[in-house]
Amino acid sequence: MSVLSTYSDLFLRAFGTTIQLFLYSAVGSLVLGTLLAMLRVSPVPVFRVTGTAYVTLVRNTPLTLVFFFFAFAYPLLKIVRLDPFQGAVVALTLYTSAFICEVVRSGINTVPVGQAEASRALGLTFGQMLFSVVLPQAMRSVVPPLVSTLIALLKNTTIAAGFSVSDAGSISYVLSDEGANMLVGLSWVAFCFVLLVIPLTLVQRALEKRWSVAR
Amino acid sequence: MTAPTPAPPMIRMAGVDKFFGPLHVLKEITLEVPKGQVVVVLGPSGSGKSTLCRTINRLEPVDKGTIEVDGQPLPAEGKELARLRADVGMVFQSFNLFAHKSIVDNVMLAPVKVRRTPAAQARKTAMELLERVGIANQAEKYPAQLSGGQQQRAAIARALAMRPKVMLFDEPTSALDPEMVQEVLDVMTTLAKEGMTMLVVTHEMGFARKAADRVLFMADGEIVEDSTPEAFFSAPKSNRAKDFLGKILTH
Ligand SMILES: Nc1ncnc2c1ncn2[C@@H]1O[C@H](COP(=O)(O)OP(=O)(O)O)[C@@H](O)[C@H]1O
Ligand SMILES: [Mg+2]
Repeated sequence: MSVLSTYSDLFLRAFGTTIQLFLYSAVGSLVLGTLLAMLRVSPVPVFRVTGTAYVTLVRNTPLTLVFFFFAFAYPLLKIVRLDPFQGAVVALTLYTSAFICEVVRSGINTVPVGQAEASRALGLTFGQMLFSVVLPQAMRSVVPPLVSTLIALLKNTTIAAGFSVSDAGSISYVLSDEGANMLVGLSWVAFCFVLLVIPLTLVQRALEKRWSVAR
Repeated sequence: MTAPTPAPPMIRMAGVDKFFGPLHVLKEITLEVPKGQVVVVLGPSGSGKSTLCRTINRLEPVDKGTIEVDGQPLPAEGKELARLRADVGMVFQSFNLFAHKSIVDNVMLAPVKVRRTPAAQARKTAMELLERVGIANQAEKYPAQLSGGQQQRAAIARALAMRPKVMLFDEPTSALDPEMVQEVLDVMTTLAKEGMTMLVVTHEMGFARKAADRVLFMADGEIVEDSTPEAFFSAPKSNRAKDFLGKILTH
């Protein structure tokens, strides 16, 4: 208990940063991942190839390498300067969106073709069909894997600590520098992560329950 | 002074060929359906009836020939085609109601998204249509909560909500339990009486006799017979039609 009370400021600040990293990256990768999934099911071959290439490249790259890229290679391109926090959000978003894309695409594949045919027969455009008919049904069928991907994202945020972001992953550095009890300290870090996952699990349950009734 | 040009047929197909790989599914189909005509398409399974139906709104693109709806050739995939499809109602064997939307939302969706009808007005029209097909009391339910007959009537209402010029039905009662067939046929018969142009793939002889102006008999991708219901059922010309009628009339 003494570790937590001594370092309560550190814990609050670090987990605050973790939550921010998570929220920005989660929204970013849900949007980007869904767009990528749309590319992958598009009738236009160039779009499909682009989507597939992105997923193949990013999904097979270790996350640390993506971080290294934004820390050391990206600045050489001299596009937009990113501070470590922004760089971490971009790296996490690009990486996670490849996984979200695959989850959403698998969801799209569970939607019977008749749903798309009925949409087309009514005069909906491809975009209207996706947004009004196919994606809403696809999302419903992939809530559990979607939440699993977001939980993985939450844990992946700790890699940012190695790239000058003071998130929860950096707590261990501070504790060991200052010679605190690591067993107790790290246990608290783990415990806090469990606390953060609980809301995600609750959201998952609520969505599953709501959508199992509504159809 | 020019004489008024005669109204174009609602559906015109000329020299239409369609292949699935090596399979020649539609062979040189030529067909005109005038406005207001009710056409029943019969034929053995695999003869190309569904494909014929689906080429008319280009759910299946054809390999050769031309198709016109109300004098307008089918455009290539895109906004233009979407606009044309909005005018062609289609009812599927498997209903294909949007599973995540209530019945009234199913009926409203396309008028709101495609025709940009204000939601309140679209809802009012949707409720009138549901009233007309006899399921207004099911409006707030989801498709899975309805019987097959109710779902198919909802699907008809959904197609009618776009105020289509022509309606295509692909075996609308084949997936239904026998006791629900009639309620769907009744809706279709009323529609036919009101002057809707209809192309109906069905094996329901009662409907064909009562509501159809014309019967097409298809076999192996060709229209083998094209006659009135009376002539077709009492005196089919081809052996294949005789054979087919013998089979469906015995059960
Ligand atoms: N998407 C498809 N791909 C390949 N073959 C198809 C496809 N759709 C239909 N066919 C084939 O085309 C033929 C005609 O099918 P269809 O038009 O469904 O006949 P019907 O509705 O008269 O039973 C059948 O032999 C069927 O197997
Ligand atoms: Mg068929």
